Amino acid sequence: MSQMSGPILSMLIAIPMCGALLLACIDGARDALIKRLALAVSGLDLLLSMSVYVYFDAAQAGMQFVERASWIPSIGSSYLLGVDGISMPLLLLTTFLTPIAILASFSGVASRVKAYMICMLLLLSGMIGVFVALDLVLFYVFWEGMLIPMYFLIGVWGGPRRIYATLKFVLFTMAGSVLMLLAMIALAFLHQGSTGRLTFDLLELIGGPIPYETQLWLFAAFGLAFAIKVPMFPFHTWLPDAHVEAPTAGSVLLAGVLLKMGTYGFLRFALPLFPEAAVAFTPLISVLAVIGILYGALVAMVQDDLKRLVAYSSVSHLGFVMLGIFAMNLQAVEGSILQMVNHGLSTGALFLLIGMIYERRHTRIIEEFGGLSRTLPRFALCFLVVTMSSIGLPGLNGFVGEFLILTGTFRVHKAFAVIATLGVILAAVYMLWMWQRVMWGTSRRAENLTLNDIGCREMAILVPIILLILWIGLNPNPLLRRMDASVIHLLEGMRSATSEVQIPPSPPFVKGGWGDLVRSTN
Amino acid sequence: MELVLPQIDWAPFAPLIPVALGGLTTLVTDLYLPPGRKYLIAILSLMAIAASILLSICSWGLVLDPDLGTVRYGIHDAVVLDRFSLFFYLVLGLVSMLTILLSMGYLDAAAADQGEYYSLVLFSTLGMMLMAAGGDLIVIFLGLETFSLALYTLAGFWKADLRSNESALKYLLLGAFASAFFLYGIALIYGATGTTMLRQIAAFLADGHPPAPLFMIGGGLLLVGFGFKIASVPFHMWAPDVYEGAPTSVTAFMIAGTKAAAFAAFLRVFLLALPALHVQWSVAIWVLAVLTMTVGNLVALVQSNIKRMLAYSSIAHAGYLLVALVAGGSSGVASILFYLVAYALMNLGAFAVIIALQGREQERLLLTDYAGLGWQRPVLAACMAVFMFSLAGIPPTAGFMGKLYIFSAALEGHYLGLAVIGVLNSVVSVYFYLRVIVIMYMSEAASPRPLVPTSVSVAAVLAVVMSVLGTLHLGLFPAGLLDLARQSIAAVAG
Repeated sequence: MSQMSGPILSMLIAIPMCGALLLACIDGARDALIKRLALAVSGLDLLLSMSVYVYFDAAQAGMQFVERASWIPSIGSSYLLGVDGISMPLLLLTTFLTPIAILASFSGVASRVKAYMICMLLLLSGMIGVFVALDLVLFYVFWEGMLIPMYFLIGVWGGPRRIYATLKFVLFTMAGSVLMLLAMIALAFLHQGSTGRLTFDLLELIGGPIPYETQLWLFAAFGLAFAIKVPMFPFHTWLPDAHVEAPTAGSVLLAGVLLKMGTYGFLRFALPLFPEAAVAFTPLISVLAVIGILYGALVAMVQDDLKRLVAYSSVSHLGFVMLGIFAMNLQAVEGSILQMVNHGLSTGALFLLIGMIYERRHTRIIEEFGGLSRTLPRFALCFLVVTMSSIGLPGLNGFVGEFLILTGTFRVHKAFAVIATLGVILAAVYMLWMWQRVMWGTSRRAENLTLNDIGCREMAILVPIILLILWIGLNPNPLLRRMDASVIHLLEGMRSATSEVQIPPSPPFVKGGWGDLVRSTN
Repeated sequence: MELVLPQIDWAPFAPLIPVALGGLTTLVTDLYLPPGRKYLIAILSLMAIAASILLSICSWGLVLDPDLGTVRYGIHDAVVLDRFSLFFYLVLGLVSMLTILLSMGYLDAAAADQGEYYSLVLFSTLGMMLMAAGGDLIVIFLGLETFSLALYTLAGFWKADLRSNESALKYLLLGAFASAFFLYGIALIYGATGTTMLRQIAAFLADGHPPAPLFMIGGGLLLVGFGFKIASVPFHMWAPDVYEGAPTSVTAFMIAGTKAAAFAAFLRVFLLALPALHVQWSVAIWVLAVLTMTVGNLVALVQSNIKRMLAYSSIAHAGYLLVALVAGGSSGVASILFYLVAYALMNLGAFAVIIALQGREQERLLLTDYAGLGWQRPVLAACMAVFMFSLAGIPPTAGFMGKLYIFSAALEGHYLGLAVIGVLNSVVSVYFYLRVIVIMYMSEAASPRPLVPTSVSVAAVLAVVMSVLGTLHLGLFPAGLLDLARQSIAAVAG
């Protein structure tokens, strides 16, 4: 059990909510105070979440920091929270990126600051709730409730086509989710039929006997909701619109955290609940993932808008994550979880950098730039590190995740791994080409020559992300070791529910450094 | 010949009496009040409703003990006192109270005569309560006519407004049509079974008498009558015009109150008296539910008048309620009770916002009138947003929990197709509810009209606050009301 006492997860959810209430009571004209308060509240949440990391017991496979309270007993739903090695990195990613996103909004958001910060804090509560809820109904409440602040963030503070983008975002997500809700209810009734107990407790539902045919349908309903959120090809069309129109902080959290809810959903719900169906769907999902990797990369290559380029690169990167999850072995799944964090960091940083340049030039069209590395040396350095991280340069975080995913996948689906590797190359092509056009060469506009380089506040936004990028790249073990027990538990559970043949066993688990892990895969 | 007076148990009538007395008193008091003090009539009506609510709460204990019988009857079977009736007394009391609150400023602004208005609201509430508690088809009809007559008058309360007149006339003609169906259905059932009392009809059928064709036709006609009253497709044609033309406060009352009363009687008749017809009806109601949800939502998509949009939305919501009726079982019935409360709160709340924003000027009825409102009146607009999210069924609101129960009842009853159609419908509905929010927050004010009204009705704001707190409370902590609903249905759903 966790060594910490006190309802730490509930506090993580409640603090931003209370902060939002507090902000609501403040005079809307006091912008500076509101901004600082919002930053302080999200910072407090970050500090508190650090204690989850510190007191996390890496040896324990099950849920930690569990909180349970009665909520709606008559339908078997309870207030149940907990984290394990799968959700902990994502929880930290959320609490880490939100203060940064809030700090980044200090200059970008000029109007209606109070409402904006309230939305950011409510969004933080919702995102944390999604990653820690272990009751299906509670999860759904967070999953959908979180749409509301994001809907406002894109719709009110977004670009010219914001209304179209935000409605598309909400309707796409809703369309997938409602069927998942029905599947959740059906699952609870099926469970009641076999055990006599009506419950939405995920931990109780896992491992329940469900007929194969039914599993396929339920998996499809869950999978559709998550695939839209990821987004997997061909459900990705909402993403470029939402990203391009969203304000910088909205893009950061959308790419950094919201997309991970889809992949997290597969790992937390779809796979363990319906293992046989997951195996049956593996070829389809792997093919879609590979198509997503290549398609996202190719489309990213031809974009002339920086944000659109990064948005399509997300489709490609999330394709890697999905491929890794459905390889269903230790390396690939851990690589996927790590890659979720990596993508949150590098893509989040890319959106922040694009936001900074947009504030200076009020354009995101690649053609408008050129030669920026001379006028903005500090900016260029940060941009370079982040670009390399996104490409997957060894020594930076992206490499570790992609390497683990590809080695893990290679064990089970050689062809997919080989084709997916093309995506890594393509990523280098579109990212470096973009970098070259923006940073090098001669400036195509006179304005580019007189820009101010990034200042202290902007450095304060970027440096923590870059430090994490380096830290994960050089020493991923602290994170990976905290995932081991939970991921093995997940895979063992799935293996015992399906026949041995269907899910190939993981290679012998090696306790030790990152080097050991690499050696064990050879 | 000796006249035998039936033995009268007054307890079942207790919550009805203050409402009836209130209706009469307001009518008389109006004569003695100077024009400036008419608000006292509203206060008096509120007191009558409060008394009725209190009596309902006190009566709860009377039917709590299973040893003493959980059901009591007043004048043979005329009025039933069980927790089902009491639940609806409370719901209707809440609806009526919110209606009175949101009417106060609205009538003030129009400088309308008030005495008869509140009196009609109270009589209408009385009729609804009688309908919800009726244990005899004749009493149900009596209740239906009582509230309908009061509502015909209320719909035409803006005497100088053509649309209000049209609304009243349409409602009267089509309402009379529906009443005729209903009454003819009662007549045929009486012909087949020799009684109009629900208990005796059930006993007659349980005795092994197969339902005769006459009886089946009677049941079908009753279904049509109820279909009219809950505005289910294809019997909904009157609803949009009536709801749009009637004074806004009356529209709110009709949308929330009529539906609750009609569903109460619907449930009691079809579950208590006519369970033998369950198979035939569930097919018929299945079709009605699908049509009602789909037509209501699709037509609401293209509305530009907010009252008309909410009118179609209320049709769609009747469809969701019908889904629960098809599902049946204790979960289905309990989910109807829960949903009716959620539905009343979010609709009355939305109408209260419309009224609160009106001030002393023209009503804001076009969606475009709400442009930029989110920043000019942040609190009211935020409340409106909550009601829209709730109507769309997005958590954490009452509307979401209501839909969760309805669709889980549908799955429990193995109506998978119906549940899928229902949730897809609710995705469609998200579009038009969110459009209101888009207009309030995301588009700039286009009209030259000043957006900030000179004054805001305090009573209407109170109604908004009560509704928004209720909507959020039921969204976050639904267990209490759900348990109450489950306790209330023992008498009808077993």
